[in-house]
Amino acid sequence: MENKVYLVPNPSMPFQAITIDPDLCTGCNSCVDVCRVDVLFPNKKKGKPPMVVYPDECWFCGCCQLHCPSKALRMEHPLNQRVGWKRKATGEYFRIGMKNPPPPNTRPPVG
Amino acid sequence: MSKYEQTAGENAIEWPYPVDYDKENEVSADVVVLGGGLAGCHAAINAARRGAKVALVEKGAVIRSGQAGSGIDHWYFVCKAPGSKVSPEAATETTLKSEPFDFGHTVYIPCMESYDALLDIEKMGVEFRDVDDEFAGAPFRDDKTKIMFAYDYVNNHTIRLRGGAKMKPALYNELQRLGVAIYDHVMATSLLTEGGKPGARVVGATGVNIRTGEFYVFKAKATILTTSVPAALWIFSTELSGAGAFCGAEPNMAGDGNAMGWQAGAEFTTMEYSQSTSGGFSYPNYGVGNAGNTWFACSIVDANGKEVPWVDGHGKILKTVEERYLPAPGDNGISFRNRPRLIPDLVERISKGEFVLPLYADLPGMPKHERRAIWGLMVGNEGKTRIPVYDLYNRSGFDPDKDMLQAVVMPPDAYAMGPGYGPAVRQWRDSGPGFTAGGFVVDWDLNTTLEGLYAAGNTGRSRHGGAGASSTGRYAGRKAASYAGKSRQLVIDKKQVQAEKARVYAPVKRKDGVGWRELQAGLCRIMQDYCGEYKSKDVLEAGLRWFKSIRESEASRVYARNPHELKKVLECFSRLTCGEMIMHASLARKASSQALNFNRIDYPEKDPPEWKKFVTIKQESGKVKVGELPMNFWLLPPYAPTYAENYRLHCDL
Repeated sequence: MENKVYLVPNPSMPFQAITIDPDLCTGCNSCVDVCRVDVLFPNKKKGKPPMVVYPDECWFCGCCQLHCPSKALRMEHPLNQRVGWKRKATGEYFRIGMKNPPPPNTRPPVG
Repeated sequence: MSKYEQTAGENAIEWPYPVDYDKENEVSADVVVLGGGLAGCHAAINAARRGAKVALVEKGAVIRSGQAGSGIDHWYFVCKAPGSKVSPEAATETTLKSEPFDFGHTVYIPCMESYDALLDIEKMGVEFRDVDDEFAGAPFRDDKTKIMFAYDYVNNHTIRLRGGAKMKPALYNELQRLGVAIYDHVMATSLLTEGGKPGARVVGATGVNIRTGEFYVFKAKATILTTSVPAALWIFSTELSGAGAFCGAEPNMAGDGNAMGWQAGAEFTTMEYSQSTSGGFSYPNYGVGNAGNTWFACSIVDANGKEVPWVDGHGKILKTVEERYLPAPGDNGISFRNRPRLIPDLVERISKGEFVLPLYADLPGMPKHERRAIWGLMVGNEGKTRIPVYDLYNRSGFDPDKDMLQAVVMPPDAYAMGPGYGPAVRQWRDSGPGFTAGGFVVDWDLNTTLEGLYAAGNTGRSRHGGAGASSTGRYAGRKAASYAGKSRQLVIDKKQVQAEKARVYAPVKRKDGVGWRELQAGLCRIMQDYCGEYKSKDVLEAGLRWFKSIRESEASRVYARNPHELKKVLECFSRLTCGEMIMHASLARKASSQALNFNRIDYPEKDPPEWKKFVTIKQESGKVKVGELPMNFWLLPPYAPTYAENYRLHCDL
């Protein structure tokens, strides 16, 4: 076990709001440009993923994910905003964020 | 050295944008538009088409800013659409009967222009019709025009928008094509007036770039305010802010325009209106089982699958799903109060155990086209739905053909209007759009009481969604361009600019003190306590004393360590001003009002005849001046007595 530990202040919010896959992100900063409240800031290093600096100000509009050309960015609701549903025919319960979720529904929206 | 620099030491992260607080940028335009949402974009586009040189100033990025930035699903008041059976006059009169403190002219203008505005947007590339024929055969789809209607398939007063999620980018492209100078990430901070005096003609505005900290002076012959209305005046939660926030409570809505107008001496009305909400403690908008608005008219069942019946506007039980989309006999469908709804005694029947919680939205039980319309067309194009609800829920395995989305569990009495987003918390109020919010007094030119200053969208009290914003925006754009074309050269008062620079940058000069978050939470607490559900003279006056004291103490010690924090601090000042305006308006209305959701302990009688009027407020010679306007002032002298005649005289078409 690693004994070198750091003093880490509590994050301002109990959640991250946005996660970026560093392997898919090209550092184009489209997400940074469209965010209405500057949740994201460009990385000092060109080509590296932006920093999520103000997740507490996130409005969860999803414009960042809409404009990401590399499918690197995901916006997710925190646990205290996760909703469930019931399968009508079987009575089974499912929810956002469960372990072993059902397979994704890939039907696109209208337009 | 600030506390942050002391703690972080050599690990402090440098601000990633080039900062220049001392730089002053001067921009000259014929028309400057402050606020780049739907109203502002249409204003800028239409002013530019009239030959005006236009500058558009936006706190976020115009391509996605505003309430409709991430999408929009409904387009209201399409009286001029083929298939619509409601005249602009009838739609306006019905709306005013149901919402007596709306403005007739800011409803009538959308009734005349909302369909034209939509055709304009269609030319910009937004395909709002059912071009893929996905809904061929649906009762809400006109097979000739491929227009899809919402709510009422007889009167056809509202359109369902395919392509709504792409509306702002299309407007952004049009703005660029027309050569409008767009200033993204610039917050407008004050209006500039002739001679630097309040009450004088507006000659431009100041702004600050919230990434670089640079100052802007916009010199313009006409100014259009399209900054929406204030939100988050009563609610600031650091635990749950954005996810549940109503898609109408866009985070940049700090009441900046109202505050700027108040300082410049403009007249306002209906600022005393407010409503309790569940605020940031709601669940994701349109992401829970419900039966209203975007989800109209989804079947609702209880935990045992028992269906909750629907009634029409006269209380008659409806037997089929199809009937929910028909108007009650004799109704034109315009007022949501007369539309089909879940049984009005749902509260009692839940309390007695007849309907067992939790409730569910029975999408699988809906007809195929309505199901796809709700989950796919509406959820998918409405604001905050394409990614946060449609994409997230679908990739988590949700299938509307098989699954019933759970409704929020609330105390039984919270189900009075059917399943919602969370129980309203009485101290958490809002005076924002979607409600009869207060704003600038505007005339039939959408001119405020200050020469050279126009207001459209929510700011100009046209609150009926994107259609209202777009219609009044394009109208104000034409009017402002026309005025600019006829008006004389103006001079910016250098002393006024310097005073504003000193105000804007004061927080930047402080290394420590009070943070913006503490200030905002404190302002909200004052509103909750002193401007709450039940008001009275001594309590409102105590609230004003608190705000005055906060200005002298905490607010004069607030710091901003970077341009983003500066933005949040300046928004606190806008909110503080709006809070004071609301308290003054509340003191001035010495009667309770059902229509305004306004309760005074010291004046409990609701809407006595002598108070059936608009109460107006403005600053004059450093004092608050109270006035009044009759309920139908837009049809009284100096205006013509009919809507049609006024529109003909003023619309500039």
